[in-house]
Amino acid sequence: MHMVVLTKGVPDFREGQVSFDEDGHLERGKTPTVMNPNDRFALEAALQTRVRHGGRVSVMSMGPPGYKEVLQEAMETVYADDLHLVSDREMAAADTWATAITLSAGIETLGEPDVVFAGFKTADGETGHTGPQTNWCLDMPLVTHVISLDIDEEAGTLRAKRLVEGDIEEIETVETELPAFVVADPEFEPSYRTAGERLTLKDLREETRARAQNYEEHLTVRDHADINVDPDYIGLDGSPTIVSSVDPIPKAPAEREATMVDPDDTGAMQDVLTAMQSAVGDGDAGDAAAAGGD
Amino acid sequence: MSDYEHYEALVVGAGPGGAAAAATFANYGIETLVLERGVEAGSKNVSGGLIYAEESAPYTIDDLFPGFREAAAERPITKYRIHNIAGDKVESFDLTDLHEHDTEWSDSVLRRKMDSWLEDRVHERTRETGGGLLTGVHVNGLLREEGRIVGVTLDELDPITADIIVAADGVNSELARDAGLMDWDEPDEWFQGVKAVVDMPEDTIADRFDVAEDEGAAHLFSGDLFEGVRGGGFLYTNRDTLSLGTVFHLDSLVAEQAEPHELLDGLLTHPLLAQWLGDDYTELEYSAKLVPDSKKVALREPHFGRLLLVGDAAGQMQAQGPIIKGMNHAVTAGALAAESYAQAKSRNEPEKAGTRYARKLRNEGVMKKLRPRGYELLRGVAEDDGVTNVVDTVLTSAVGRAGVRALSGRLERLYNVPTLSALMPDTRTPYVTLPTVIAEELGTRVRDESSVTPPDLEARIGGLTYDTDIGSPHITLRDESYEASGAAVAACPVSAVDFGGGCYREEVVRTNGSEERVVSLDTQPCVECGTCAVVADTDWSHPRGDKGVEFKWG
Ligand SMILES: Cc1cc2nc3c(=O)[nH]c(=O)nc-3n(C[C@H](O)[C@H](O)[C@H](O)COP(=O)(O)OP(=O)(O)OC[C@H]3O[C@@H](n4cnc5c(N)ncnc54)[C@H](O)[C@@H]3O)c2cc1C
Ligand SMILES: Cc1cc2nc3c(=O)[nH]c(=O)nc-3n(C[C@H](O)[C@H](O)[C@H](O)COP(=O)(O)OP(=O)(O)OC[C@H]3O[C@@H](n4cnc5c(N)ncnc54)[C@H](O)[C@@H]3O)c2cc1C
Ligand code: SF4
Repeated sequence: MHMVVLTKGVPDFREGQVSFDEDGHLERGKTPTVMNPNDRFALEAALQTRVRHGGRVSVMSMGPPGYKEVLQEAMETVYADDLHLVSDREMAAADTWATAITLSAGIETLGEPDVVFAGFKTADGETGHTGPQTNWCLDMPLVTHVISLDIDEEAGTLRAKRLVEGDIEEIETVETELPAFVVADPEFEPSYRTAGERLTLKDLREETRARAQNYEEHLTVRDHADINVDPDYIGLDGSPTIVSSVDPIPKAPAEREATMVDPDDTGAMQDVLTAMQSAVGDGDAGDAAAAGGD
Repeated sequence: MSDYEHYEALVVGAGPGGAAAAATFANYGIETLVLERGVEAGSKNVSGGLIYAEESAPYTIDDLFPGFREAAAERPITKYRIHNIAGDKVESFDLTDLHEHDTEWSDSVLRRKMDSWLEDRVHERTRETGGGLLTGVHVNGLLREEGRIVGVTLDELDPITADIIVAADGVNSELARDAGLMDWDEPDEWFQGVKAVVDMPEDTIADRFDVAEDEGAAHLFSGDLFEGVRGGGFLYTNRDTLSLGTVFHLDSLVAEQAEPHELLDGLLTHPLLAQWLGDDYTELEYSAKLVPDSKKVALREPHFGRLLLVGDAAGQMQAQGPIIKGMNHAVTAGALAAESYAQAKSRNEPEKAGTRYARKLRNEGVMKKLRPRGYELLRGVAEDDGVTNVVDTVLTSAVGRAGVRALSGRLERLYNVPTLSALMPDTRTPYVTLPTVIAEELGTRVRDESSVTPPDLEARIGGLTYDTDIGSPHITLRDESYEASGAAVAACPVSAVDFGGGCYREEVVRTNGSEERVVSLDTQPCVECGTCAVVADTDWSHPRGDKGVEFKWG
């Protein structure tokens, strides 16, 4: 089994990591780049396939050189064997279509993988286009919204459960031939129900620990020439969509005015107490405090 | 036969018993899978603890795991004293002779560090056999086919079959209970151990205990400081922490309706301990666990078909007077169980592994230590309430007191006689009355004052790490009436009468003018000690793998 997983770096949107400028624009330079959180499910799906059927996992990303660390993070998650970064200036400012062209060409340089995995949506672009569009170029059967996965190697088939959202959620089971393209749903749950699988997982984790330390030895960086694509079809030149403007969504107005009070400032605390007293309309501050602490 | 996943040997539990069994199987090249419910081996385990390597034991931990003492233990224990206490009067005896009897070495240990070190060794060695060690998996019962035990069932994995199954799942062994070999009905068959790990820099330990780098001290406490509950306290030095705790007979704890954390506090705040604890008490962890009393529950035939029980699961926990020996016996038994199977198999009679194992326990002298014959003979008389009352009355009378005074020079020597301590009857006489009288008659007053303020229960619970399994409590009340389950309110080490933040609470339900006392249970703060399995009417099991409390020290 050869699996390829696609992953992208995104700004770390977690509280305390992300920073915005005064106009509410993301400050990329000040915000660390991390692996797109949804890609974890694609990686988990690949890992489960590998644990059950053996084989090799390659991880690929298109992006700037800074994505190397993202690939390292992916290696630690999926215990990947090899990492691939497709990167050069010609690829910059790609929309999802140009990204798909680039990624599909990149995948083709790796041979003929049995399964390609992509995540559902990224935390920044959030289109969810890249997986399906990449597969449009590769022309394999496509299964999206996958929440669980089984492969029959002998029959050369893949059976998956898909989460179909509508008025009511339904789970649909589909079967297709390999090779296939899988988009993992954030509800994807890997399952390891045998001791053998869990032991293999443990071995892989152990092996990967050393590999992820020297991940650059397992990383190949390719430019457009290496993957054999015409620069007219990638990057800005290959992108039919133009983002005309980005507008910040105005914040909802605060409903109440709040004043910060330092609890060690006795004077200020006395003011709070006085305010509470007048609010309660009772002269006894002790009662008001007791009621507040209840 | 169904097509379950199969391993030749299964070991349930990665404490000292399981580790020893697994290493021995691996030495024989037997494919071995070890299943442990904690996030890491040791994360569920608590001991005092001093691990002994007995001269007479066929297997010790460092036989099976070279380098154990250097890598996994804390300090060799070179000083061993017992303190008889009455109020602020104390008479101390040096028990180093008893401690060193049949002892090759004895080290203090902390279980998280010790067991996780063993885990790595065990995984490495069993992996070579085609098996390995898995954590985070909870074995919830035995798998039977046509009435015969063939494997185990688990919360996280599909059932697994094996040719031999070693249950090393500790006290409250779900496998021993499933096999019908243990019930959890009689409080008098168990001790409850409660423990605090206390922070202390290495040089402070050296100073206060007068020990060099490769030395350590053990102090034991008995007398009137525990509200008359039968049991005692301990203090052991680790490398840069102290282990302090109490071990009480569960029936006595229930009878006195004592609060375990308060008894521990009674020890921590006793003026005698001020010299060691100083005025900078920092408690790192509060923990508790039941301990079987081998004199009463050690199984003579700890096996059933393919199932062999080792360690606490088989009741192999010896209280040799004040000395507690569980880990060493678990190690010996684990190794003997695995060896028995290997030998039986090579004779083409693997079904005889169990009887062979039981025979080895007898022939190697293990059974004699766990269930001393003299105790059985004496027990009838010595544990008779009438006799206890007479003995206690005499002891506390002028005559008895004169006797204690007359014996004074020889008492320390008597305390050091191994056969006597092994036979110690399970009554208040040796635990409470005698030490109190000794202290009253011979003791000197402690002048120090304690400035220790132990954390309250809420802070202790707050200091623990939990991964609570909300929505699927591992313990449920079968009978919530106060009569059936009320004892747990006090006896549960993380519950207390009038404390709302623990596991057990007493409530009064008013219906149609009548009032009923009931108890309610919230397993969130549970430390999985096992007490309520015995003293309350519950459906009791351990939480699923990785869930529940996680001890960092143990
Ligand atoms: C209209 C438009 C204009 C854009 N213009 C620019 C621009 O000027 N400059 C710029 O830097 N970016 C630009 N982008 C962003 C860039 O095209 C997208 O980030 C990229 O195509 C992925 O789309 P997405 O973030 O919506 O991913 P999704 O389609 O939501 O991602 C789904 C999955 O596809 C895979 N995937 C997505 N992107 C990659 C990748 N790069 N490498 C490997 N796998 C991947 C991952 O598995 C991911 O989980 C633009 C995007 C759009 C839609
Ligand atoms: C306060 C206290 C002080 C003590 N002091 C000492 C002392 O000083 N010296 C001494 O020798 N002994 C002492 N003991 C006793 C000693 O801790 C035990 O006798 C010893 O740990 C028994 O070892 P074991 O391997 O049988 O079980 P344990 O060490 O309890 O190991 C059992 C293992 O099985 C796992 N397990 C349990 N159930 C399952 C399941 N269903 N599925 C998967 N895994 C499971 C547990 O997580 C655990 O890792 C003390 C005990 C206490 C509580
Ligand atoms: S609930 Fe039961 S098992 Fe849990 S800590 Fe309390 S007594 Fe122990």
